Parts: sequence; structure tokens; C-alpha cells
Amino acid sequence: MKIKVGLLLSGLSSLCIAAFAAGCAEVVIFDPKGPVGDAERFVITVAILLMTIVVVPVFVMGFWFAWRYRVSNSKAAYPPKWDSSPAIDVFIWLVPLAIVTILASLTWKETFRLDPYKSIISARQPVNVQAVSLDWKWLFIYPDHDIAVINYLVFPAGAPLSFRITSETVMTSLFIPQLGSQMYGMTGMETRLNLLAREPGVYMGQNQQFSGRWFSNMNFEARAATAEEFAAWVQKVRSSPARLDMAQYEELVKPGATRQVTYFSSVEPGLFKRIIERYVPATDTGHSRRHGAHAPGGR
Amino acid sequence: MFGKLSLSVIPFHDPIVMGAVGGATLAAVVILALITRYRKWTYLWREWVTSLDHKRIGVMYVILALVMLLRGLSDSILMRSQQAFAAGGSMGYLGPDHFNQIFSAHGSIMIVFMAMPFLVGLMNIVVPPQIGARDVAFPFMNSVSLWLTVAGALLVMVSLGLGEFSKAGWSGYTSLTGKQFSPDVGVDYWIWAFQIAGAGSILTSINFLVTIIRMRAPGMRLMQMPMFTWTTLFTSILMVFAFPVLTAALFLLTLDRLLGMHFFTNELGGNMMMYVNLFWTWGHPEVYIVVLPAFGVFSEVVSTFSGKRLFGYTSMVYATAGITILSFTVWVHHFFTMGAGPAVNIFFGIATMLIAIPTGVKIYNWLFTMYRGRIRFATPMYWTLGFLMTFTIGGMAGVLLASPPADYVVHNSLFVIAHFHNVLIAGTLFGFFAGYSYWFPKATGFRLDEKWGKRAFWCWLTGFYLAFMPLYLLGFMGMPRRMHHYVNPAWHPWLIVAAGGTAMILMGVLFQAIQLAVSIKHRHSSRDLTGDPWNGRTLEWATSSPPPPYNFAKIPDVNGIDAFMDMKEKGTAYREPDRYDDISMPENTACGLIIGIAAFVLGFGMVWHIWWLAILGTLVIVFTVIVRSWNDDTGYTMPAAEVEGIESRRRELLASAFAHAEPKEGYEQ
Amino acid sequence: MRNPAAAIQTGEHSGHETASNQAFGFWIYIMSDLVLFSVLFATFAVVGGNYAGGPRGKDIFDLPYLFGETMLLLMSSTVFGLATLAAQAGRRRAVLWRLAIIFLLGLGFIAMEIGEFRGMILAGNRPERSAFLSAFFTLVGTHGVHVLLGLVWMAAMMCQISVRGLTVPVRSRLARLGMFWHFLDILWIGIFSIVYLMGVA
Repeated sequence: MKIKVGLLLSGLSSLCIAAFAAGCAEVVIFDPKGPVGDAERFVITVAILLMTIVVVPVFVMGFWFAWRYRVSNSKAAYPPKWDSSPAIDVFIWLVPLAIVTILASLTWKETFRLDPYKSIISARQPVNVQAVSLDWKWLFIYPDHDIAVINYLVFPAGAPLSFRITSETVMTSLFIPQLGSQMYGMTGMETRLNLLAREPGVYMGQNQQFSGRWFSNMNFEARAATAEEFAAWVQKVRSSPARLDMAQYEELVKPGATRQVTYFSSVEPGLFKRIIERYVPATDTGHSRRHGAHAPGGR
Repeated sequence: MFGKLSLSVIPFHDPIVMGAVGGATLAAVVILALITRYRKWTYLWREWVTSLDHKRIGVMYVILALVMLLRGLSDSILMRSQQAFAAGGSMGYLGPDHFNQIFSAHGSIMIVFMAMPFLVGLMNIVVPPQIGARDVAFPFMNSVSLWLTVAGALLVMVSLGLGEFSKAGWSGYTSLTGKQFSPDVGVDYWIWAFQIAGAGSILTSINFLVTIIRMRAPGMRLMQMPMFTWTTLFTSILMVFAFPVLTAALFLLTLDRLLGMHFFTNELGGNMMMYVNLFWTWGHPEVYIVVLPAFGVFSEVVSTFSGKRLFGYTSMVYATAGITILSFTVWVHHFFTMGAGPAVNIFFGIATMLIAIPTGVKIYNWLFTMYRGRIRFATPMYWTLGFLMTFTIGGMAGVLLASPPADYVVHNSLFVIAHFHNVLIAGTLFGFFAGYSYWFPKATGFRLDEKWGKRAFWCWLTGFYLAFMPLYLLGFMGMPRRMHHYVNPAWHPWLIVAAGGTAMILMGVLFQAIQLAVSIKHRHSSRDLTGDPWNGRTLEWATSSPPPPYNFAKIPDVNGIDAFMDMKEKGTAYREPDRYDDISMPENTACGLIIGIAAFVLGFGMVWHIWWLAILGTLVIVFTVIVRSWNDDTGYTMPAAEVEGIESRRRELLASAFAHAEPKEGYEQ
Repeated sequence: MRNPAAAIQTGEHSGHETASNQAFGFWIYIMSDLVLFSVLFATFAVVGGNYAGGPRGKDIFDLPYLFGETMLLLMSSTVFGLATLAAQAGRRRAVLWRLAIIFLLGLGFIAMEIGEFRGMILAGNRPERSAFLSAFFTLVGTHGVHVLLGLVWMAAMMCQISVRGLTVPVRSRLARLGMFWHFLDILWIGIFSIVYLMGVA
């Protein structure tokens, strides 16, 4: 009896937490602000629902069998040698197989559709950002606007946000949870991430891959702005006296725990590519096609 | 002369670490003093340290696991309390370097120095008698494996007071663990602890593969072996194929660090992605290595305590085989976000989902074993029921993570931490605790206190839910793993709840310690007189508790599954054999211990760049192996008369036990 | 199958059953070693194209020299076959002579390999120069270390055989050494083909 009560309480409390969470705006994965996050939330929800088909019977049977077939209940049937049933066998193999097949088909479709490297189709022009993770801050270069920012990301809502990502030091992961997918940044390589914010708002951005002493400092504000706000901000950045060239970049490379936001009013052309090539000479085969900085269209 | 070692590597500046070092040293001194006071050195040397008896070796493995569980748990307490404090602008009470060592040590210890020794210990105690054998195939190699594991654990413990441990996580991703970003000794301690313990594991797996395939009792065909033996077989297959990959990966990392090579460096052609692939090619099978023996325990416990045959034996075997094969085909799911592309990701995603199927089949088979059984709720059954309910949630989370698009938003978040602790604690650890309670009487000769056992279980179960359910939520709230401090205030209350859960778990462990103390105190009144305290079904219960050194005076003939229950039903269980034979037993030797010590010396020398010490360790190992091989007469013969004496004393005990017809006490329903 | 568990009894039977278990166990060890080498081969495949502006295979490999090394190792394996035959026939002195020849051939292989490495390092083609060179030195070097350990084992065996003779345990050990030696030979064929022949192509 005690077992039943105890397990019941534990189960109920977890359900309560889950229910409470579902309504809570802080649960950003369930409150996405862009199509990528939307699709991912859908996959998560479907997975959970499909799984409950398998899981709920386990709970029910666990409680029921433990209670009904306790040794003091001599009324229950007791065939001690009964150890097989083809019907049950078929059922317990095939039902999970069916569920996995359904989930797998959904996942197949969505995995291809949600490939982070795929550009998001939109009438609006994409905003290109080149992200470099350093110890322990993020550098965002806007090659089309000739500006760069440290520890702050502003972009127009409703327009595709197209990242090229690399790292100066160790493996990191660029992640804005409320917008969707994350992508690793690796030294000497270029990865890509495509996101879109539906509406203006302020979102949390972070490094999701542990990268050393001040890894916990590597979060930044990711602000989706209206077109006017974005233009105004770009102007504001352009008024900064600082300029980002390779020499200045070397200064940034020095490790530090700073969380300060810094603006650069102009950027040396091709800086991002040169940052990557510090590690991979052009003559090398380099890494995979997906991670090479020499893929067509790379800047 | 002493490489990088000097007095300045002792962390005098850190009071918490020095406190831990002081505490550990004090505990060690007290234990040594007690052994001296009670004059147990000769006993310990003769009966334990130099023993090649698989039962003794198994118990020593379990003791190592329990000690390291305490160390790993203290790391959890530090982490949870740090995160409970470090909200908003606060930095908590641990510096980031210290915190980073703590989570690295926690994972490394729990997987390699708690779970592995625990499962190898149970395998050692249980498998030879379960298959009707007298010992494992290679008793000396068994001893070597044990002492190599101890050497690895010792390296981790020593890193507390001399230098530091790795700050790069238990997974040790490059290029963070390369020479440039981790020039300190921490990563080297981690590498050598894993390498030395890993060598022990490979030897263990070879041992059990040969034992199970070659040394079963006559008549015991493969499809009649107990499930725990089956899972041991599959676990050994996983170990022998997976561990060499880790050995190679860590070897390449060592070459990068020591000789400046470029396997995983940022420059000159290194590829950090290669390390990630290699690590997880080992890492994924590793988690199945630790969970399959637990599944084996549950099979044994569920069928014994339901008084019924295990349901779907054939299905169980094939399901476990399926899990074994599939576990080598899923490793990329640990890094879907590394940019491999949708085709690669979907292959590994689907393979991962497929593994859920045989796992689910096993859960249903256990439930149907309970169905129409007569369930006795002893402590092992409590752990099993707790597992059945709780593990399933973790499995659900796993299938969710298997889907790449879902993983893209929760990878490296606390959702993943919640998932794997869910399956590792509710699966692996509960299984090992069930095995510990179940086979304790067999190994020691007396029962564990049921009351304290159940109290401990409730604390663990409630503590687990409190500590980890909030983490699922926190993962959905975007919180990454390994955070030393954080700004989002919404995460704070849940981390406090989680810290409360850890406190509850600590209480559970305290109750387990009390259970052990109380049981030892009452060992004379709770003796297991028959060797079969639970009305067991498999052959290990046919022996006395503890079994004689040779396990079986006469190797039993086996006719089917649940061989011992079969014998009891036919009345042939305790028959006296018509004659006794001389029995060959392996002789004690210190060579296993010497190799372990030399391995520690080798590792320590490599960590601190004390080259002569490393060379010395290597030479001692090679020399000891050669010297041992020179001795062709490494056994002694126990004369038939002595065997007869042991057996007749046993029969007297059995007679008196059955005469009093003691009821199966100690657990209520 | 006869009761192997009861084979832990005294007598000749136990020796043979034990030897059989030992051979089986050693096979499993060899398979685990093969997995380790597979990782080294895979690493060579993945990073072996990263020359970092440094030398490529065809710049540093001397195929005729390598062919000589290969012949030494292949011959030593052939002689080991002869040694195994002699052991089965119980001809102790024949075994010792043949082992001595294998030892010298193996030693020659190691000497040539050390010479090859030394030449490369002196010319500045060190393992730290590039991922290709790291992978090359490690794959070939690890094989070389295994051969060296095999030679140590062989020396120990020659002592054991002279002192003890060809007892059951000694022959069991010799059989395992043979498995090891042939395994290293097969690995070398893989290395020669994949690293050297494909490297200069």
C-alpha cells in the first residue's frame, strides 16, 4: 500500500510541475517566437504524446499488478510456470515499432526541413551575421552593414537571420532558445545557422557548449527590432570610434571574463574568412564540405 | 627529477578542497589504525588482497563502488548548492575553476569508478555460481583487473590534494583538453585514470566472455542461462569492442598533449570533430554497458519475488541482443548540432529510436512476470518497482532527444542531464542497489536490515524526483548544463528544489550506511542458514551463504531455465553426491596488487612528467607478468576429505534450518 | 561437450582445456587490439589529408626500403609457421633455432623502422609538423611498439623453452605468441597498402 501511495505522489508531483510549466512564459522552448522554434516545438509535443501511448500502460500495469498480485491476495490466479504468450509478444514488439515508425517519419521530414544550413525562404532580405566565439564573449560581424558588435545582437524581426559561425578557441554553440536550433562553432571551420524572429522582442542568447573558465558569462541579449529600430541601431553602431581590423581582433582574442557590449563602426573586409584561415591554410583539404570556409558563397 | 611536481601543487589556497583532503586523509588514517588495532593485516592480506577467489574480488569491487559513490555524491551536493546560490549576479561560493573540476570529477567517477566497479563486482559474485562453475576462466587476470581499477580510482582521489582534476568535463572534448587550453595536470589525471581502469575493463570482458561461453555446467545450453548471465555476456561483448576505442582516443589526445602532435588541435590539420566521434563511439556503448547488468538484476529479482518464471525469456534474450548491436550505431546523437547534415542526423536519429523498442519490450516482459504472480515486497522488489515507474520517463525523454529537430533546442541543456540521470539512477543505480540487497546474503552469509533498506529506498525515490524533474523543466526553459552562475531569475526556484532533492538522496545514502551498520551488528541473528533466503530460482542459491571457495563440490547437471527451482521441485536440490573429488583451486598471489600499484605509479609519473617513475612502473608491470608466467604451478589441491568436511558441515546447518522450518521473514507486503 | 567447469581438476586434461580457453581468450584480446588499430586507421583516413603545407606521402616514403622491411616481417611469419610445426612435433631445439631467426628478423624490422623515423625527423618531417605526419607516425609507430613487445615476449619464451622444455603451458603460450605475431603481420600488410602504397599514388 505504501508503495502505491509513494509512487503515486511522486508521479503526481511531476505531472503538476509539467502542467504548471506548460503555461509559464519562461518555458521558452514551448513559447517559440519563430518558425524554426515552432516546428521544433511541434516535434517535441508529438513525441511526448506518442510516447505516452507506451508509457501510460506501464504506469497503470505497474500499480495494478503490484497491488492485485501481492502475495497476500490468494484470490488472484497464480500460474507460476506461465511465461509466454505469442499474442502479448506480438503486441509488445509491434506497438512500439508502430509508434517509432510514425515518429521516425515525422522526424525524417522535419530533419530535412529544419536543416540549420537551409536558408529560410522569405520575401524579406536575409540579414547576414558572422559569429565568432572567443574566450569568453561573442563577436558578431555584420558584413553587409560593415559593423561589428560584442555581446549584443540586434536584427530586424520578420527577416531571415543567417549566421556563419566559427570559433577562435574551442568548440562552442550559438543558441537563441526562443528562436530555435543551435549550432556548434569550431575553430578553423565555418558552420551555418538560419533563424527567424516573427515579431519584435528581446530574447536570451547564449553559448550552449562548455568552453572553459568563464563559459557561464557567454550570454547576450538578442533583440529582434522593427526595421526602423534596426536601422537606427546600425547608425548608432556606426558612430562608434572603434574599428575592427586584424590588429584589434588580436586584442579581443586575449582571454577575459568581460560581459561588456562593444561596438565597432567598421570592419576590415574579409575579416571573418581571415579569422578562419588563421588555422587552416588554403592549401589543405580542410574539413568537410559542410564545415569548410571555402564553400561557395562563403564570405 | 620530480617533473612538474612540487609542494606548490597542494591547493593550500582553497579551504574547501583542503577540508576534503583533510577529511579523506583522516578517514584513511582511522581505517588503518582500526585494522592495526584489531590485528587484521594478515587476515586482510591472505583472505582478500591476494585472493583470486571471484567472490572476494567481487565484494572488493562493490566496496570500491560504494566508496566512490560517496565521493561522486559529495560532488553533486557541491554542484547543486552552488547553483542554488549563484542566481542573478551572485557567483556562489565556489570559484569557476573549482566548479568545473567538480562536475568533471562527478561524471568521471560515477560512470567509470562507481557504475563500472559495481557491475563488475556483481558479475563476479554471481555469474560463476549461476552457470555452475567454480571460478572465472582467468582468476589471476581477474585480480589484475580489480587492482587496475583501484589504481585508476586512486589517481582521481589523489588529484584532489596534488594538483587538480580536469576542468573540461567527463567527456573531455578537444580542443579544450588540448595542451593549449588545458596546460595543467588535470586532464592528464583524467586521461590516465580512464586508461588504467579501461585496461582493467577490457581484461574483465575477455574473462567473462570465455567463462560464459566455455565453462557452463553440463546441460546448460545458452538459451537456458539465467538472464543476469545473458546480460553479462552482452555487456562483455560491448566492453571488448568499445573500450579499445576509448584507449585509442585518449592515446591520441596524450600524444597531442605530450608530444605536440596534431590529431585534435586547432592548427596544422587537427580535427576536433574526430575526437568527439571517437569518444562517443565508446561513450554510447558505455551507457549500455552500465545499464544491461541492471536489467539483468531486474530480471532475476522480478521473477524470484513474483514466484514465477520470467515472462518472455526468448524475447528478452533477443531484445538484449538487439540493444547490444544497435548501441554501436547511434553515437552521433550525442552531437546532432555539430553540423553533420540532415542525412547523417536522421540515420542516427532513427537508429536511436529503434533502441527504444527492445528496451520497451523488456519493461513489458517484467510487468507480465508480475502479472498473476505472488509478489513479495522485499527491498530488492522495491528498487525494481521504483525502476519500472521512473526509468520509463527517462526513456521517453530519450526518444524525444533522438529526434534531431527536438534535440536542436535541448542539446546540452539540463533536459539532457535530467534524461540521463533518469535512466542512470532509476535504471542502473536502482538495479545495482537491487542486486546489492538481493545478493548480499549470498556474499556475506547474513541478511540486510529490511526496515532501513526500505527507508533508504523512499528517500532515494523521492529525492530523485525532486532533484531531477525540475531539470527537465529547466531544460525547456533554456538553461544550459555546466553553468557556474546564471542571470535568469526564473531558473532559481527550480534549482533550489533540485538542491532539496539532493539532500533527500543524501539522507537515503545515510540510511543505507545505517542499514549496513545495523545489519553487521545483528549478523548473528540474521544469518542465512540455508543459502536460499529468497526462494531463489537460479543455481547460485544452491550454494551455502557464503559459498565454499570451490562453489560446488559436484558440478550440477542442468535441465532447463531456472535450474535450481527445477531441482527443488524435483527434490534433487540438496542431494549428497556419491563421492567427493580433489578440487584444484588457484593459489593466492600478490602479483595482481603489484601490477595495480605499478600502474598507479606509471599513471602518476605520466601526469607529473616524472619520466623515470613512469618507466619504472612500466618495467614492473612487464617484469611481474613475465615472472608470473614462469610459474606453472599456480594452484593448490583441496583434498576430497576437506571438501567432504565442508559439505557435511553445510548439511548439518541445512538440516537444522529445515527442522525449524523458518518462515521467509524480513519483508512485509 | 564434456564438463569443462570440472576441468579445474588436476591432471593432463586440465592443461588442454585451460590451453583451449587461453587461446580463445587471446583471440578475443586480438580482436580488441584490432579495434584499437581500426581507430588509428580511421584517424589516418580522416586527418591524413591534412598536410598543413608540409610533406605528403610521396615526398617522404621510400618504397624499396619499405618493401625490404615488409619482407623481413613476412619471412618472420613464415618461419613462425615452421616453429609451430616443430613445437607440435615436440622438437625443442628446432623451435629455439627458429625463434632465434624470427627474433633477428623482427629486430631487423624494428631497426629499419627506427631508421626510417630517424631520417624523417632529422629532415624536419616530425610528427608535430602536421596531422598527416602525426597520424602516420602514430599508426606505424604503434604497430612497431607491438612488434617490440612481441620481441620481448619472444625472448622470454626462448628462455622458458630452454629451461622448461615444451610443456603444455609453454606450448600454449607459444601458440598465443604465434597468433600475436601473425596478427601483427596482417596489420602490417594493411599499413603497407593503405599508408605507403596509397600514400605515394
